[in-house]
Formats: sequence, C-alpha cells, structure tokens
Amino acid sequence: MSQTEVSGGVHRRSFLIAAGAGGAAFAAAQFTPGIALADKALTEQAIKKVIGDRKPIEGRVSIDGPEIAENGNTVPVGFEVESKMSGGDMVKAVHVFAEGNPRPEVANFWFSADSGAARGAFRMRMAKTQNLIALAEMADGKVYMGKRLVKVTIGGCGG
Amino acid sequence: MSRPRVRVPRKIKKGDTVTVKTLIAHKMETGVRRNKKTGKLIPRKIINSFEAKIDGKTVFKAALHPAVSSNPYISFAISPKKSGKIDFVWTEDGGKTFTKSAKFEVA
Amino acid sequence: MLLKSLAATALAAFALGAASGAIAAEKKEKLWELKENQVKPPEGSPLDYLVSGYWFRTPKTRALQDDDFENPAFLWVEQAEAEWTKVDGKAGKSCSSCHDAVEKTMKGVSARYPVYSAKTKKLMAVTHQVNYCRENYMKAKKWKWESDKMLGMTSLIGLQSRGMPVKVSIDGPAEKFFKAGEAFYHERRGQFDLACVHCHQGNYGQYIRADLLSQGHSNGFPTYRLKWQKLGSLHRRFRGCNNNIRAIPYKRGSPEYTNLELYLAWRGMGLKVEAPSVRQ
Repeated sequence: MSQTEVSGGVHRRSFLIAAGAGGAAFAAAQFTPGIALADKALTEQAIKKVIGDRKPIEGRVSIDGPEIAENGNTVPVGFEVESKMSGGDMVKAVHVFAEGNPRPEVANFWFSADSGAARGAFRMRMAKTQNLIALAEMADGKVYMGKRLVKVTIGGCGG
Repeated sequence: MSRPRVRVPRKIKKGDTVTVKTLIAHKMETGVRRNKKTGKLIPRKIINSFEAKIDGKTVFKAALHPAVSSNPYISFAISPKKSGKIDFVWTEDGGKTFTKSAKFEVA
Repeated sequence: MLLKSLAATALAAFALGAASGAIAAEKKEKLWELKENQVKPPEGSPLDYLVSGYWFRTPKTRALQDDDFENPAFLWVEQAEAEWTKVDGKAGKSCSSCHDAVEKTMKGVSARYPVYSAKTKKLMAVTHQVNYCRENYMKAKKWKWESDKMLGMTSLIGLQSRGMPVKVSIDGPAEKFFKAGEAFYHERRGQFDLACVHCHQGNYGQYIRADLLSQGHSNGFPTYRLKWQKLGSLHRRFRGCNNNIRAIPYKRGSPEYTNLELYLAWRGMGLKVEAPSVRQ
C-alpha cells in the first residue's frame, strides 16, 4: 500500500463538506519519511540519555491510551509495570517518550518501597499519530519496554 | 490560580495499594508558542517536577516535560504501612512551589 | 531499515487518514441513537430526538466528565466557591451578601437562562447577570467574559442546575430575541457559506474531516475542552465555529450570540444541564 494511495483516498473521503484539497495535501506532508526518521533518531537519543547502552527488553510494561485521541492537546495516558515491587523485582523508574513529538521526552516517574505498584496516569500533548514508549528501569538494572500506537486526528472543524 | 486538588483515600486497609490522584491549575507554557500580536516567543513556564512524601519520606516523584498537558493531572499508587500524612509539592520553572497535604489512616 | 521506516510511515499515514478506520470502529456504537440516551424534543422542534453532546464523545472523554475529580473544570469551580463569599467592590458586598448559599439560591438558574430582563431591557446570559450584579450591587469591576473568575463563577452557578432539564422562556418579551436567534441559526455565513443548521441539524453523527458532529446543544457549557486545555464559554465555542467556516465571529456577550444562546437552549429543552462538562 503506497502512502499516496492511502492519504489521497481514505482521507479525502472523510472530508464531509468544509475542508478543501489543501487540507489533504497538508496532512500528507506531515508524513514524509524524512520527518519520521528524524523523530525516531531524536527518540533514540533521548532514550540513550536515560538508560545508556542498556538494551530494553520488550514486555512487562503496558501503556493505556486511547486507540484514537479525540484531541491531541489532552490525551489521557496510563501505565503499569508487572512487578512485586519488593526485593530485586522492584521498579525504580518509568520513563515515557513520544516518538512523533518535536521533543520526545514526556515524563519520568520514580517509585519507592511504599509505592505498592508501579502504575500511574497523566494527560499529554501529542502532535500527531505516533508510538508512545514507556521504559521501566528495574532495581537490578534491567530495562523493560512497552509501546502503544495512539492515533491523533489533525484538523477538522472543531472550533 | 494554581490551587491544587488531591484525592487520597482517608482509610486504607493494611497491605492494600490505593490510588492517589492530583490535579493543579497551570498553563504548562511550552516555550515554543509565539505571542500572536508581537510574534515574540512566550517563555517556557511549566511545572517541571512533582513529589509526594509520606511523613517526610519520598514515596513518588515525577519529572514533567512540556509534552504534559495544561492543568497537569498525575495519579499514582501508594501502599503505606502505617497511618500518616502525605505532602505534595509541585515545582514550577524558576523554583516557585505549590503544596498540599492530606492525612490517611491505615488499619 | 529504510524499508521498515517506509512501512512505518505508510502505516502512520494510514492511521491519520483513518480517522476513518477508527470511525468505522466507533460506528458500531452510535450511542446517540440509543433510545435511553435520547430526550423528547420540545413542541415545534425540527429534531426527531434530542441527545446531549456527551453521547458523541469517546469513553475516555466521557470518563473525564463522569468523575468530578477527573474533570479539571473543578479547579475553577473550587476557586469560585471561595469567590462567592469574598467581599469585592465599594459596596462591601459579596455574592452571598444578597444570594446566601449558592446551593440554595442558584438552583435551576442556569437551566432557565438566558432571560429577558425588564431592568436592562436586554436578553441576559448568566455571564451578563454576574457582571450586572458586580457593577450595580457590589460596585465592583466587571469580569471579562472569558476570564478564569467568570468561567469559574458561571460553572459554579451551572453546577447548581446539574441534572435539571433546560427550560427557557421564549414568549412575551423574550420572543423577539428568540426569533433573532432562530434566524441567525439558519443564516448562511462566511466563505464556506454555511449556517449552523447545515452541520448540526442534518448531519449530526457524521464526520466533518476528523470531527464527529453533535446536535450542537448548549447544556454542557461552560465546558472543559481537551483542545483548549481549559474551561471555556459557549460564546467562545460560537467564535470557533464561525472562524472555521471563515466568517468573522461576533464578540462574546454580543446580542447576536446571546440571541443564539436562547434559541439553542430552546432546541435543547429537556436535556439535562451538565455544566461544567468535558468535551473534545
């Protein structure tokens, strides 16, 4: 499936009355591969800053976000890490990144022995449809990772 | 108006993990927006950190970046071993702080 | 690597265009079409049924309204509770000096506003009334329409009518304002040449690009909008709509928008007041 086919076809159909073809061109321009690569590189850099050379292992971290956000300015997001929260099985911190934002850092959370569970929720700004990444830093040094794609609709007639 | 709101269960069963919710009114100015009239950048001013302490000991801490929405909402879990007081501190760029506290019973 | 990123890009592009993909998923549960979410319209209504904007929103957005702690509008409400009893102005009065406890005296007020005032010979929205009191009885400075204090106060007042059906008076001296509002609603305007009626009467439940159109009722205002990241007034929403159809918006509090507010309230008569609600 080619990009043009998708954004040209599906998108135009979702226009109801008001928006012109200019809107479709704008939406397609947002997804040129160059931009996507830059975002990914930025995110990789940001992640490296926090966890160094450690390789994240997929799993144990779940992110709860809407499948489709009604507005990118306030997206409710939650996370939870499977952990006993004691001894070696202890989550030290959770770091959240947004792959498609101009700046990938979102928030960092640190837990303690009285946390009981490594979970939390907040609300965030998302520039466009993108992956959210949550990294869980364990007391034993291991890093686990969870990802979630959140769709953000751009434009429309929402006043 | 940066008066925070917090919700902490007043009574917690021993061994239980409960959810604490917090909310504070704040613009979370990203530093990349421009004043529509003057075209000048509006300086960044966000709540950059949040901390919760139970009887003086940090139980939960957060660092926030400009991607966090206005009027930041943060919820997290606690599992306190005994009755006490939980203090919340929000810190804004420039160092200004906002505080709130709540008491809870563990039985 | 390149291939992979291209695939990701195509996927992302698809995800955006698909507002439509998710739209398809959501069409399975058109909550606004469920009988239990609908209300009988007032006599003479052009709508077959009334349904609050709440039922056009996603579960995540509705959840923010369902719990008064999750709803950030309550940051403003809490401030207004303190404001209610605070003395302001040269007369040395607060709201409570005349109106006592807000829970008692403001019950039902937002459900019946805007009203015609014989004193001012004008149609008054709650916001106008708050400023009328401030200027004339408290001898205090007016609050700006979209100020935090005003939005907080009108939300606090709105909250006292929560769950009560909207019921405005459109006859007698209110009639000419109602007629003017009705005309405004049907008038084409702006470069897109659209009237309110085109989107909100014939096309609710349809998407306009990425936005799901509601019946455009006023029962949730003031509302905390995810887009605004703050609480906002009904007249701010009117301005947004007018801007989007590339019309020059009127001022907040203008007679045009106040007349429209009365007409809208009538269209939504029977819906329950949800102020302060949460919308997208």
